[in-house]
Amino acid sequence: MTAVLDDRAARTVVGTSPPPVPPPDAPRPIRGVRTSDVLEIVGAALAAISLTSLMFFVLTPFSGLLGYVVVAFVLFVSLYALLVSMDGNRPLVADRTAATIVVALAALLLIVLVTVIVFAFVRGRSALANLNFFVEDMRQAGPLQPLTDGGILHAIVGTLQQITIALVVVVPLGILCAVFLSEVSNPFSRFVRTIVEAMTALPSIIAGLFIYAALILQFGVPRSGFAAAMALAIMALPIVIRAGDVVLRLVPGTLKEAAAALGAPRWRIMWHVTLPTARSGLMTSVILGTARAIGETSPVLLTAGATTALNLNPFDGPQVSLPLATFNFTRSSEETFIARGFGTAAVLLVLVLVLFAAARAIGGRGPGELTSRQLRRRLQRSERDRARIEATGASGASSGTADDEGGPGR
Amino acid sequence: MSHAAHLLEPEAPQEAADAPRPVPTSAGPADRAFDALLAGIGGLVLAVMALVGLFLLVRAWEALRVAGWGFVTTQAWVPESGNFGIAAVLTGTIVIAIIAIAIALPLALGTAVFISEFTRGRLQRTLINLVDLMAAVPSVVYGLFGFYLLQPGILVRGDEGDGLPRFLATYLGWIPVFQVEGDPRAATGTATVYTASAFIAGIVVAMMVTPIACSIMRESFSQAPVGEREGAFALGATRWGMIRTVVLPFGRGGIIGGTMLGLGRALGETIAVFMIISPIFEISIRILQVGTNSVSSLIALRYGESTQIGISALMAAGLALFALTLVVNFVASTAIARSRSGAVSDA
Repeated sequence: MTAVLDDRAARTVVGTSPPPVPPPDAPRPIRGVRTSDVLEIVGAALAAISLTSLMFFVLTPFSGLLGYVVVAFVLFVSLYALLVSMDGNRPLVADRTAATIVVALAALLLIVLVTVIVFAFVRGRSALANLNFFVEDMRQAGPLQPLTDGGILHAIVGTLQQITIALVVVVPLGILCAVFLSEVSNPFSRFVRTIVEAMTALPSIIAGLFIYAALILQFGVPRSGFAAAMALAIMALPIVIRAGDVVLRLVPGTLKEAAAALGAPRWRIMWHVTLPTARSGLMTSVILGTARAIGETSPVLLTAGATTALNLNPFDGPQVSLPLATFNFTRSSEETFIARGFGTAAVLLVLVLVLFAAARAIGGRGPGELTSRQLRRRLQRSERDRARIEATGASGASSGTADDEGGPGR
Repeated sequence: MSHAAHLLEPEAPQEAADAPRPVPTSAGPADRAFDALLAGIGGLVLAVMALVGLFLLVRAWEALRVAGWGFVTTQAWVPESGNFGIAAVLTGTIVIAIIAIAIALPLALGTAVFISEFTRGRLQRTLINLVDLMAAVPSVVYGLFGFYLLQPGILVRGDEGDGLPRFLATYLGWIPVFQVEGDPRAATGTATVYTASAFIAGIVVAMMVTPIACSIMRESFSQAPVGEREGAFALGATRWGMIRTVVLPFGRGGIIGGTMLGLGRALGETIAVFMIISPIFEISIRILQVGTNSVSSLIALRYGESTQIGISALMAAGLALFALTLVVNFVASTAIARSRSGAVSDA
């Protein structure tokens, strides 16, 4: 016993006595940033900026922000590739160059997005600063009135009414059609899916033109909020169907099979299992369709008519919406009208941002995943069920069936 | 009691013990009604979509009969005198869409590669949301951006019209597409030549279609099989080497599909184009020069037409645009579907 221990100890001592070799299994560090990487980037950036500044401000009559940025970027990429090639091989140079370009393209897209959004708020701030902008319509405000007169109440009301009417049509039709596409698989449903997919990218002006040809010219419906709502419904319907189809397919088949095994007919499986499980995803698809429809200008342009007054009746008389009001305002050359147009666009953007955030907050969860509140409520219900079952078990002593739907009288 | 007897009965013949019990497959009346409802809804949606084409066709018939084949070859748009066609507007639509796609394709591709290969976790989710948000920004807002910031502030500055279009016309003017009328180097008064052009409209449309193309591409990139990615790394590939040899070939269907989908959107874009261009009714391939046209902005411009033939002509133009986008979208969805089915079989 002791001999063995001694032997082992001796071996350990012997093992440590030569210069320490790193354990052979330790992975080579492949992540992390080397100093030379940072130096290469910083060096190339400094050199590129200096060279470009030299070209633009000292040597040649180049000018313009865009040109400066482009030249600087091209110089940066070349210099960076040169620096990397000094201590790396060709694949490494290609890797770094490609990474630079990819990062630059993504950054460009983000800059554009931020600029587009911020620009609307910056140019519209003079209009947004006045409270009357939100509570008055433009009936009293002529072209020369200051921004303290008139507002976009008529457009806000119009947008809300039109989108509500559109949703009344789109939600049942869209969700049921999504159910049809996800549950039924035959040549007919595949054909419907193909058509719906093709319609997702239906030009918005065509939707407006269709409603104009069908409702207004054929059936004599006046240009109104209702006609605009129908055009918006045509825009939103394929989006809701397609997104809804996708989320309904994510519902686990085991849930549906369990319900079927319990003997539920298909419509009950749909109503009690599939739709509740996919609820958050379906709401997201509806919200995305809403966000798309709410920003459409051209269908409303053709179908809603033009007015500057508040019209609370969507079925009679022209009724503008926020994007249409933006468009109408900015066609004017008056500075106050342009400011109002940007203010309207900013309000529209806020609306879209809110809808979008709501869609992400609801749809960030997978099918069947619950919020903490839903989970709490479900736990409470489960607790009540248990108490009830135990109560029936104690009194009846013969059989206690656990049925979620059954009342306590059972 | 009778139930149990029923169960025992089939056990008498020994051979049939393993035969499956016949399961009733016919649905109950409620389920049949449910099926009928679903099929009805599907048919209704289909009917709505078919009606779009049908109504346009019916309304356009008169104009198509008057114009005949000249509808495709005529550039002018004077429906009252029977002299109208979509040669100019359709060319303009396609030119703007091609410019938009030429700009959007590298932008969307780069962003999609960046999001799917260079980021992960929270940053990746944030970027995906931002790109999706960009797709949800209304087109009128892009129109404002293009008309009030991009054109006067960046592309065509001051009286001399300094900026990228002037630069291109000056140094690449020998290419017919970049030619403009007059001397591009003229000191003053040239700014108006470069405004309201197909090029500027194309840039604005590109900003709108990039996010759409980007999400399709990113989705197909993210489905590239992990095994092949790791294989490439194990063979010593750099990250770009892996992207070039695994991710991009794998996502080719997504790249094509996303581009075509973006093209379909670009063809149909109305309000942003309408805000920027100054409409002309002749075929112009000088993309930097003022004046171009598109089918959708023609409709937006003339929808107030009072004459029967004027409306009918607009419907015919709309029908042409409808057919064009439908074809492009079909190609797009086919390409995307093919890339997805590939993903399933490879994964």
